[in-house]
Amino acid sequence: MAENEERLRRTMMFVPGNNPAMVKDAGIYGADSIMFDLEDSVSLPEKDAARVLVYEALQTQDYGNAELVVRVNGQDTPFYDNDVKAMVKAGIDVIRLPKAESPEMVEKLDQDIAAAEKQFGREAGSTHLMAAIESAKGVLRAADIAASSDRMIGIALSAEDYTTDMKTHRYPDGKELEFARNMVLHAARAAGVAAFDTVFTNMDDTEGFYRETEYIHQLGFDGKSLVNPRQIPMVNKVYEPKAAEIKNAKNVINAIQEAKLKGSGVISMNGQMVDRPVVLRAQRVMSLAKASNLVDEEGNYLEK
Amino acid sequence: MEIKKTAIAGTLESSDIQLTISKADNGISIDLQSDVKKVFGDQIESVIKDTLAKLDVKDAKVKAVDKGALDCVIKARTIAAIQRAAETTDTPEWEVL
Repeated sequence: MAENEERLRRTMMFVPGNNPAMVKDAGIYGADSIMFDLEDSVSLPEKDAARVLVYEALQTQDYGNAELVVRVNGQDTPFYDNDVKAMVKAGIDVIRLPKAESPEMVEKLDQDIAAAEKQFGREAGSTHLMAAIESAKGVLRAADIAASSDRMIGIALSAEDYTTDMKTHRYPDGKELEFARNMVLHAARAAGVAAFDTVFTNMDDTEGFYRETEYIHQLGFDGKSLVNPRQIPMVNKVYEPKAAEIKNAKNVINAIQEAKLKGSGVISMNGQMVDRPVVLRAQRVMSLAKASNLVDEEGNYLEK
Repeated sequence: MEIKKTAIAGTLESSDIQLTISKADNGISIDLQSDVKKVFGDQIESVIKDTLAKLDVKDAKVKAVDKGALDCVIKARTIAAIQRAAETTDTPEWEVL
């Protein structure tokens, strides 16, 4: 498990790697993570050009505080080795492995990253990785995959390939994904990494998008992969804490501070004991509230 | 690096630049088309020339059709076109990127 576990990852926006207009503008939409794609959105004859384009953009473009991710081509393709080398040299934050089906595949990526870090003089361990689960095999081994590398920051469900593998397709209610979503989420939580839900591709169905996002938020996913920047404020809205939640979280955090000052071991608030899960939840609410600009630096609620 | 065949990289979409690189025997020549040539023509040509020099290409004919590409895009497309023209795409010059 890689560091910064509590980093917000509500939105991971896909950016086709061979499209200069989209690559240069990717930083302006406020996505928590930007995922440059060298895989499915790039045609075979353009793989080399996309790799160089993303590399050069990473050297010069300002993507703010976004976590930068690249989806490399699969290990069964001739592009994988050079993709990994180029992206490690470019200093990418995270390499996303597509079609992960076993911990061995992640271990191979881990070793390839380590070799590239050495070759290009980058700090050992500075490049993180994540895995996309896209098949029945991957779902059944999700727990092993999620725990297979110290560089791992999260696992993502990729529903298009998965539903094809399951001999179904995507339905508006998402019932066909129930098992996979829960497997991926539990695997991520057990390993202490992030869980990303799949993309929602029907841009005209706003209601459906909100329904699905609220559902995966309720399950406990960190966030969602996105194909369109218009979906970023929609996801953020779903993840935005309510005023009452913020107030409660602030009280919890104040109670901890007070108890620390008093040197008291047990913390109580309004006569109720505040234990670790309550504190962790409060901290997460406050970091979401800060990201949504609902509180100031001290954590005071800002009326809209 | 020696240009072995004519190769193209980039598209004619907005923010991109399409480069065609072919063999030559008398140095570098660049034919640039761009709506912003008056203002940025020298800058675009200098990015192409710098990149050719870094990859040690001494003789090449370059045709460039610019659609408002940033320097990083010009550099990336030039590298891609040269590697295709020199048939070195699978063994990139890592130190030049």
